[in-house]
Amino acid sequence: MSIVQTTRPPAVPSTKVANFKPTLLQTEEHHLCPGCGEPVAIRLVLEVILELGLAQNNVCVIGHGCYGSFVMTLDVDCTLCLHGRAPAVSTGVKRMRPDVAVWTLQGDGDMTSEGLAEILHATARGENITCIMLNNGVFGDTGGQMTASSVIGQRTKNTLEGRDAAYHGYPIVICDMVASMQGSAYVARGSVHNAAAIAQTKRLIRKGFQRQLEKKGLSLVEILTMCPTGWFVPAAGGADYMMESLGKTYPLGEIKDVAAAA
Amino acid sequence: MRRESRGTLVIDVERCKGCELCIPACPPKVLSMSTISNHHGYLYPELSPGCTGCTACQQVCPDYVFEVYRYQTPVMAVVDTEAA
Amino acid sequence: MVLRLLDGSEAIVEAAILAGARFYAGYPMSPATELVEYMAAKLPASGGVCINAATEIEGVNMAMGAAAAGFRAASGSCGQGLSLMQEAIAEAALNETPLVIFNMARNQQDYFQATRGGGWGDYRTITLAPKDLYEAVEHVQLAFHLADLYRVPVIFMGDNLLARTQMAVDIRKFDFGPLPPKDWQLDGTSGGTGASRQIWTFGGGKTNTPGPGPSRHWEQIAAKFDMIATREARHEQGFVDDAETVVVAFGSGGKFVEFVVNQLRAEGRKIGFFRPVTLWPFPGEALERATDACSRVLVFELNAGQMIDDVRLNVGHRRKVRPIGGVSFDESGLNIGPLMDARVIRQRILSALEGEVK
Repeated sequence: MSIVQTTRPPAVPSTKVANFKPTLLQTEEHHLCPGCGEPVAIRLVLEVILELGLAQNNVCVIGHGCYGSFVMTLDVDCTLCLHGRAPAVSTGVKRMRPDVAVWTLQGDGDMTSEGLAEILHATARGENITCIMLNNGVFGDTGGQMTASSVIGQRTKNTLEGRDAAYHGYPIVICDMVASMQGSAYVARGSVHNAAAIAQTKRLIRKGFQRQLEKKGLSLVEILTMCPTGWFVPAAGGADYMMESLGKTYPLGEIKDVAAAA
Repeated sequence: MRRESRGTLVIDVERCKGCELCIPACPPKVLSMSTISNHHGYLYPELSPGCTGCTACQQVCPDYVFEVYRYQTPVMAVVDTEAA
Repeated sequence: MVLRLLDGSEAIVEAAILAGARFYAGYPMSPATELVEYMAAKLPASGGVCINAATEIEGVNMAMGAAAAGFRAASGSCGQGLSLMQEAIAEAALNETPLVIFNMARNQQDYFQATRGGGWGDYRTITLAPKDLYEAVEHVQLAFHLADLYRVPVIFMGDNLLARTQMAVDIRKFDFGPLPPKDWQLDGTSGGTGASRQIWTFGGGKTNTPGPGPSRHWEQIAAKFDMIATREARHEQGFVDDAETVVVAFGSGGKFVEFVVNQLRAEGRKIGFFRPVTLWPFPGEALERATDACSRVLVFELNAGQMIDDVRLNVGHRRKVRPIGGVSFDESGLNIGPLMDARVIRQRILSALEGEVK
C-alpha cells in the first residue's frame, strides 16, 4: 500500500488552496471534542466576514456553549456575554455603532432555552444584526442535556428514555418563529454534515450578513452541528445521526429572504 | 498501476482527533485511517495517490488539520492495485 | 445659573445627557417610569438612543453592549427591576464594563441590594445616594465619571421623592477630572490584526494576548474594589463635634434628618447628623470619628434595618446604636410612607432620648 507523505508541503510546483488555520483565528488549536460540528460552522462565518471585507469592521457577541471557548481564539473584537443575552448586547453595540457588522454566536440552548425573549424581541425591533445559532439539540458544554430544541425521542442526560412530548414538551423551531415576525430579513438553516451542505451553509451565512449590511433587519442562520459526545454516538457516526434525528425536525434551506420577496 | 494526483495534502496528524469525517467526505476515496495512533491516542487519516486537491477533507474537518495543495502538473504514482 | 422648574426624573435625565450618556434601555416601573419616558423624549435629540426594553434583563444587557462599544450607557428601574439586573451588574463588575444603573427606589429597602448585591463573585457596586435633586444633578454626572474611571457599574440610588418632586434646579456641568482612554472598547476595528479586543468576565485574553486567567483576574478585580473603598467613600455631617447624639440617615431620609437636627440644635440639644453619601463604599472611618465621642447613635432608615448593619460595623461601641426607622409605605405599597416626615422623625428622636433617661 502506497501512502503519500503528508508531513510537509510538496516539493514540486504547486499552489496552496487551503490553510490549516482560518485567517480570523489566532490559532488552529481548540479543545472541542472529536467530530464536533461547531469549529466547521465557525470557520464558515469567519471566511464570510473576511470575504465581505468586514474583518476590521465587526464585533462578535458570544453566548455560552462549547463554542464560547473561541472567545480566546477569534481574531475579531468580541465579548462573551451572559447566557442567552447576545441579541440584547448586540443591540447595544449595533445601535451605538450602526456601521459595524455585529453578529452573535449562540447555541440552541443559549438561544432557544435561556435566551428566547432576547432573540424574539431583537427580531421584533428589526435589529440589523446577524445571529448565528449552532443547533445540536443539546447542552453540549455541560455534557448532553435536553434543550428547548432537543427533538422528540432524543436521548439526553435528562431525557434518558428520549424526549417525550407529553412530558417534556415540543421542540422550539426558532427559525419559524423568527421568520414569522416582521423584523426579520433573512432566516435560513444550514448544516455541516458533509462538504456539500457546508458549501451551501456558507452561502446562507453570506446572505445573512449581506442583509445586515443592507440594513434590512435581523438575520438568523441556524446551523445544525454534530455533537457526538452529547449524543452518545461514535464521532464518525455524528453526521448520520444528526440528519436522522435533528435533520427531520429542522429541514435545511432558506425560510425567509426579504430581498427575494421584494 | 499508476494513478494521477492533481493535488496533495499536509496533514497535521498530531492535532487530529480521529473523528473520521474526512474519510467519507473524500470524493476520490484516497483517505484512510492509520493503524497507529498519534500522541493523543487517535488514529488519523493517511493519503493515498489520487488526491484532486478539492478541499473536501479540509471543509469537513473540525480540527483544521488539512492544508491542501494543487500541483501545477499532475503527479503520477505507482499504487498497489489491491489498495486502490 | 439657570433655574428651571423640572420633574426630578427630567432633571436626572438632563444631567445624564449632559454627562454624555448616549444609550438608555429601560422598562416602566413606578417610580422609575418617568426616567424612561424622559430618556425616550430627550436622548434621540441628543444623538443618543433610548430603547423600550422587553424586560429589565434585556435592558441592562443592551446597556452593557452599548457601554462595551465605548459609549456612556445606562439602564434603570426600581428595586424589583434591579433584582432582575443583578446578574448583569455582577457581570459588568467582573468584565469591567462601565455602566450606570438608576434605582428610583420605592422606599429605602434596597440598601442591601445595592451594597451587598445579588450577583455572583467578588464584586461591589459604588452606590451614590443623593439627598435631593441639587445633589442628584452632580451625582448623575459623578456616576458616569466613576464608572469610566474604574470600569465598574455604578448605582444611582434615588427614590420616589427624588423622581417625582418638581424643583427649580440648575442643570450645570461638573468636571471631575481626566479619564483614561477607552482603549478596550469594542469598535470592530481590530479584527484580523492579531491583537483583537476582548471583554470577558473570566479574563482569559486571547491566544496572542493572554489575560491573567480567571483566578488572577478576579483577584485583581477584588483589589480594585479595595482601592475604590479607600478613595471614594463620601459623607456629609453636621454638629458632630460636641454631639451627644448622632443621627445617621441616607438619601432623602438624610435630608429630613438634617432638617430635624438643625431644629433640635436651635433648641439647644447636643445632637448631630451623619449622612453616608456613598452607600458603598460606606464612609465607615468617618462615621467612627464622628461618633467616637457621642453616647448614642440613632439610625433612621425606611426599612426593617439594613444600613444599621454598616453603622454597627463602624461605630466604636455598637451598643450605642439604636434604630429609629422602620418599614413605612403608603397604602399602595409603591411609595414612601408616613414615617418620612420631619415631625415624625423629630418625635422618634426625642422618644429615643427620653427612653434612655428613664
